[in-house]
Amino acid sequence: MTDLTALTIAEAREQLKAKAITATELTGAYIQAIENANDALNAYIVTTPEKALEMAKASDARLASGNAGALEGIPLGIKDLFGTEGIHTQAASHILDGFKPHYESTVTANLWADGAVMLGKLNMDEFAMGSSNETSYYGPVKNPWRAKGSNADLVPGGSSGGSAAAVAARLCAGATATDTGGSIRQPAAFTGTVGIKPTYGRCSRWGIVAFASSLDQAGPIARDVRDAAILLKSMASVDAKDTTSVDIAVPDYESAIGKPLAGLKIGIPKEYRVDGMPEEIEKLWQQGIAWLKDAGASIVDISLPHTKYALPAYYIVAPAEASSNLARYDGVRYGLRVPGKDIVDMYERTRATGFGEEVKRRIMIGTYVLSAGYYDAYYLQAQKVRNLIKKDFENVFHAGVDAILTPATPSAAFGIADQDMAADPVKMYLNDIFTVTVNMAGLPGIAVPAGLDARGLPLGLQLIGRPFDEGTLFQTAYVIEQAAGKFNAPKWW
Amino acid sequence: MSVDISTVKRVAHLARIAVSEDDAARMTGQLNTILGFVEQLNEVNVDGVEPMTSVTPMAMKKRPDVVDDGKKAADIVANAPIHEENFFVVPKVVE
Repeated sequence: MTDLTALTIAEAREQLKAKAITATELTGAYIQAIENANDALNAYIVTTPEKALEMAKASDARLASGNAGALEGIPLGIKDLFGTEGIHTQAASHILDGFKPHYESTVTANLWADGAVMLGKLNMDEFAMGSSNETSYYGPVKNPWRAKGSNADLVPGGSSGGSAAAVAARLCAGATATDTGGSIRQPAAFTGTVGIKPTYGRCSRWGIVAFASSLDQAGPIARDVRDAAILLKSMASVDAKDTTSVDIAVPDYESAIGKPLAGLKIGIPKEYRVDGMPEEIEKLWQQGIAWLKDAGASIVDISLPHTKYALPAYYIVAPAEASSNLARYDGVRYGLRVPGKDIVDMYERTRATGFGEEVKRRIMIGTYVLSAGYYDAYYLQAQKVRNLIKKDFENVFHAGVDAILTPATPSAAFGIADQDMAADPVKMYLNDIFTVTVNMAGLPGIAVPAGLDARGLPLGLQLIGRPFDEGTLFQTAYVIEQAAGKFNAPKWW
Repeated sequence: MSVDISTVKRVAHLARIAVSEDDAARMTGQLNTILGFVEQLNEVNVDGVEPMTSVTPMAMKKRPDVVDDGKKAADIVANAPIHEENFFVVPKVVE
């Protein structure tokens, strides 16, 4: 029998429907794959095999009785940021020790309602703050990809590093992830997988541990464009429990796949050509342009003049919101408590012990920029610049551009414990230079694998769309996928 | 703008994070690197630009002002490090 974990979601869906396989068999294959691989990759923090088999059994019953949902029997991994009832939910942080919510996030509830099966909780950067998955309390995740002829361990990107690694290593059929500045798209690019951050407001944030509420969005990481479309359809919803959830019905994204590109106008922003960007990424970008042109799209040069200010503005807005959101971790209501001589001492010791270095750094920056006397100079200025960044995109879309093509990241995956990045936090932040603009403007963005570099590591392209026009992104990304092919990490684990 | 070690200690206290002398010294350098990076925002002319308040143009959703949830005290305290009879237990705050 062929390896069931090799099936995409679309393929598994057909086979399940045709009764060629059962959800229990499919789930069993993934449980076995995780058991064999997780010690090496550290993609899962917690596995839930008993729950998975129980859910699979229920799926088999629904498949037999003709009541199958859109994701019936499909085994998924869930990023540790999503609240899952009765199951470990810690945002990969020490401060949430032992936290098991008495509720289920809207996004995961939507997936289970559609019949999906939960395999476990995936590793991530602590509170989704990081670009390498190295800030996790549970240790770094290893990228299933290695450079040709090398045994050196690479990062899978972050913060959704566990999600990307698990999808690339076939330890789940697809995974949930979240993206505040690039946390879906950068790890997808580093692992040869597809990741989409939908428009702000498309997926409910309810029940997801908050990092920066005006930027956070959930989305899927999947093996190909079609699977990403299938997953997003189930994850997205209109939710009364999230006031920023937008009242627009969720379209059938899959129907956009395979549509010709004739008539589409794709913008190429000159500001995304940055100093020190490897030649290979420039080449990949040009290749992407050629593919879309060949498929009938028209290509136009555009300008997004405030692009370079997106990352510095982000490093004011995101830490400011984080410092406020993370004030709730006080040793009183949930998680870790470190006793002190009085209540303030208890707060301070709990937070000093419970938060990792990167999280503390961001809380400190956020507290500083919001503190008396600095608010106008930093936070207000950043929110004004944010409006200018958004206006840049609006101007371009107003001029008739349907989607924007850019590189996804300024480099391929780098090594675990990279010395340069450890010494200078800003070097790590620069990973998000092409993705962060999208969060600042609330737009949808998809990362799709487009090739391998000379060392054999995956590189991705990013497509940015109009608000709530994820369909055009799937349509266009599929053309790139058809031209580039799919990329699988040679198995070493 | 840059911060000195005493500012870092003050901010740490505002953020309720205990820091040692070594922590504060290390953080001072790192915070100044980040503040140096964000300094470039001052180049941007923002005359007449409103600060962003909502990334999507939408009116805040409203719902009827009625109780539609509750009676979950046991659920709410279930994850507390210490709780008693549906109360969170904290060190004494009033002498």
